[in-house]
Amino acid sequence: MSLKKPHAPRLSAYFGVFAALMAFTTLTVWAAYQHLGVWNTPLALAIAVTKALLVALIFMHLRYSPKLTAFVVAASIFWLALLIIITVSDYLTRPWLPIYGR
Amino acid sequence: MADAAQAVAPEAPRELRHHFVDLEAQKEASALGMWIFLVTEVLFFGGMFTAYVVYRAAYRRAFEGASNLLDIRLGAFNTAVLILSSLTMALAVWAASHGRRKLIVLFLFFTILLGSTFLGVKVIEYKQKFDHHEVPGAHFVVPEGLPRQSEMFFSLYFCMTGLHALHMIIGVGLLSWLVAKARRGEFTRRYNTPVEMVGLYWHFVDIVWIFLFPLLYLLGRHTL
Amino acid sequence: MTNESRRENYLNVRYGVKSWLLTTDHKRIAILYLIGVTFFFAIGGIFAGLIRLELLTPPGDVFQSETYNKLFTTHGVMMIFFFMIPGIPGVLGNFLIPLMIGAKDVAFPRLNLLSWYLYIIGGLTALWAVVHGGVDTGWTFYTPYSTVYSNDWVVVTAVGIFIAGFSSILTGLNFLVTIHTMRAPGMTWMRMPLFCWGMYATGIIQILGTPVIAITLLLVAAERLFYLGIFNPAQGGDPVLFQHLFWFYSHPAVYIMILPAMAVISELVTAFSRKPIFGYKFIAASSIAIAVLSFLVWGHHMFVSGQSVYAGLVFSIISFMVAIPSAIKVFNWTATLYRGSVSYQTPLLYALGFIGLFTFGGLTGLFLAALGLDIHVHDTYFIVAHFHYIMVGGTIMGYLGGLHFWWPKISGKLYPELWSRVSAWVIFIGFNLTFFPQFILGYLGMPRRYHAYPPEFQVLNVMSTAGASILGVGYVIPLVYFIWSMRYGKDAADNPWGATGLEWQTPSPPPTENFPTTPVVTGKPYDYLTAGEKEVAVG
Repeated sequence: MSLKKPHAPRLSAYFGVFAALMAFTTLTVWAAYQHLGVWNTPLALAIAVTKALLVALIFMHLRYSPKLTAFVVAASIFWLALLIIITVSDYLTRPWLPIYGR
Repeated sequence: MADAAQAVAPEAPRELRHHFVDLEAQKEASALGMWIFLVTEVLFFGGMFTAYVVYRAAYRRAFEGASNLLDIRLGAFNTAVLILSSLTMALAVWAASHGRRKLIVLFLFFTILLGSTFLGVKVIEYKQKFDHHEVPGAHFVVPEGLPRQSEMFFSLYFCMTGLHALHMIIGVGLLSWLVAKARRGEFTRRYNTPVEMVGLYWHFVDIVWIFLFPLLYLLGRHTL
Repeated sequence: MTNESRRENYLNVRYGVKSWLLTTDHKRIAILYLIGVTFFFAIGGIFAGLIRLELLTPPGDVFQSETYNKLFTTHGVMMIFFFMIPGIPGVLGNFLIPLMIGAKDVAFPRLNLLSWYLYIIGGLTALWAVVHGGVDTGWTFYTPYSTVYSNDWVVVTAVGIFIAGFSSILTGLNFLVTIHTMRAPGMTWMRMPLFCWGMYATGIIQILGTPVIAITLLLVAAERLFYLGIFNPAQGGDPVLFQHLFWFYSHPAVYIMILPAMAVISELVTAFSRKPIFGYKFIAASSIAIAVLSFLVWGHHMFVSGQSVYAGLVFSIISFMVAIPSAIKVFNWTATLYRGSVSYQTPLLYALGFIGLFTFGGLTGLFLAALGLDIHVHDTYFIVAHFHYIMVGGTIMGYLGGLHFWWPKISGKLYPELWSRVSAWVIFIGFNLTFFPQFILGYLGMPRRYHAYPPEFQVLNVMSTAGASILGVGYVIPLVYFIWSMRYGKDAADNPWGATGLEWQTPSPPPTENFPTTPVVTGKPYDYLTAGEKEVAVG
């Protein structure tokens, strides 16, 4: 119903996204070999999220879709976060309880 | 649906199913349905990602060591292949929305080719793992110098990439179905929903790999 | 009337098995579901009967303990995955959602048919495992028992549930898209019947939760087949992780079962008290709130599993919070009944039964959400009684109430009023006699899932078994008169209850296309004011 916005990106946008995705892939491989301490994984994930966003926004036309679609996507990420964060919170807090003799 | 056809006004387009007002409403419903389906896919893979997070935190050294046994060149190559296939898929959708029949077929064909390449490389990788007894189960041999829980890494590796590969196989099947339809000239400027929907699916499978690649192949490289 | 009954409708438009098995009409698919869920309900019911038979006497004298394990597993699997979850959405949801929002069909009719086939295939797969020896893990499939020690039919059952899970996902998806995109002109969200709101909330849970159980059961199957050890402590796996993943779905699944029943009750209460529903917005919002909260409380099934007590504390608090939207619903229903012109017809009898039994089940749920008390009653008959009050006293009451309410629309026939009232009372009495003693048994410490028990528990167990027999009779009566009414029942008028809602503005039974012309909605739902009150309202 709300198709007042442009329907789809220009053709050049696709090639731009492709180039960016390749560049990020190279970057993430390079970064994996660097000694960044605890930051290796967060950086890798940040790059992955950026790549995923590019794919979703341009290739999947999320940017040009109704708000409802964005809401649906947000819901999926939110629920995935619930699953992971709540489960992990159990594991993280297990050692908090002092057990005598341990 | 014989009687249903009568209910539709005579000038209604062939592709319009009887219970929709017009093609636009029909497409909107399809798109929403597809996105909701992708939500379920996110949570489907999400169960395994949760297991991954929990065990990786528990067995960090085993995971890093086992990850370094994966072939990063093949992994990176496959990542590039999949990204390229996403581009050709996006171009196929573009061609479909412009009613360019030959271009649709061409781009879909490239996408199938790249998808198959990915699967072929995956077969090579799996074979290496079998040869090195790195497949979890009865014949698993704990790699030298690694903790026993490296088996857990490979369990998750096979479950996650295996399920991803299954999605790729389904995707290739869907693309072949699209090629057949496109060659019959079924997609026009006005009606190209199937191409767009399969496109969404294909890009989603690509996104899953975008996460799998660093989480499985790259996590221990800095320790080398 | 006779002339009208010969008019073409969705039932007589075409005949033959093929016209049913290949139909894409949401109304016919609803009938297919009705047959399916009745079949699996009967199977689950028979197994329940066998369980109660064994528990009639203290020693395990009818079945061996292994057989008994298979009995309660099959009872649970059949009832939960193949009756409760597809029940109300499959039958009433399919039939009513397009009618209520003024659409010709659901958004994806062929997908809808596929859902039914997946459901039947999944159910038969699970049944196949039962016939060939059966599964003894309980419906929860806890690891490592299910992955290492139990028999291989676990895999088959898991696959059956996996397939049925996809059916559930596709149904939820279909309903969400239908409600979003197929509403008739003027049918805004705030004019939508509360039944649709309830089904919408159910759909949210179905699409967000079900994939997680699908992958979990797939991992269990893979673990059995390939010795992976993801949940096996011997290989570094954590069984509690299985429980997390399992309950991430299976707790919200409880709300997949109860939300549709609540949705039905909202319709029944307002129709039979001749009053607009009290607090429409609150009931609608509480459905969504329940759907969201349901995903935050799963750990209350794991208080004694070795889960962190801090996580347990948070799960406990949020579990208490679920009481808020649930209570909002109950208060609004009772407020609707208050000073209404209540007519105690069969659907309302079921609805009143629901309100009472659900409140009881809900309040005992608070006992179980309390960290300390739960340790005392965990895995006892207290919890068995609690969830049967919700599932049987809640969901089945809602399902039967809805089936009676819309039966004239579905079949075009009236059921016999006297017999239906009798059955409603028989079910209510039988139910309470079955399950109330189980609260006491559990509180006294009788554990669930054992085929033998100390002799001092016998009196209460005999009461429970006697109640189960009455309950069984209560379920057979409607089955008989519904079938009877299809042939011998009086023809139903288009709107036999004088209810509002678009579904009552079409003929009974409706034509294939539902409405001769697309309806236009101009006002709020549940416009039950009498003519005099309307004048006042206008003036």
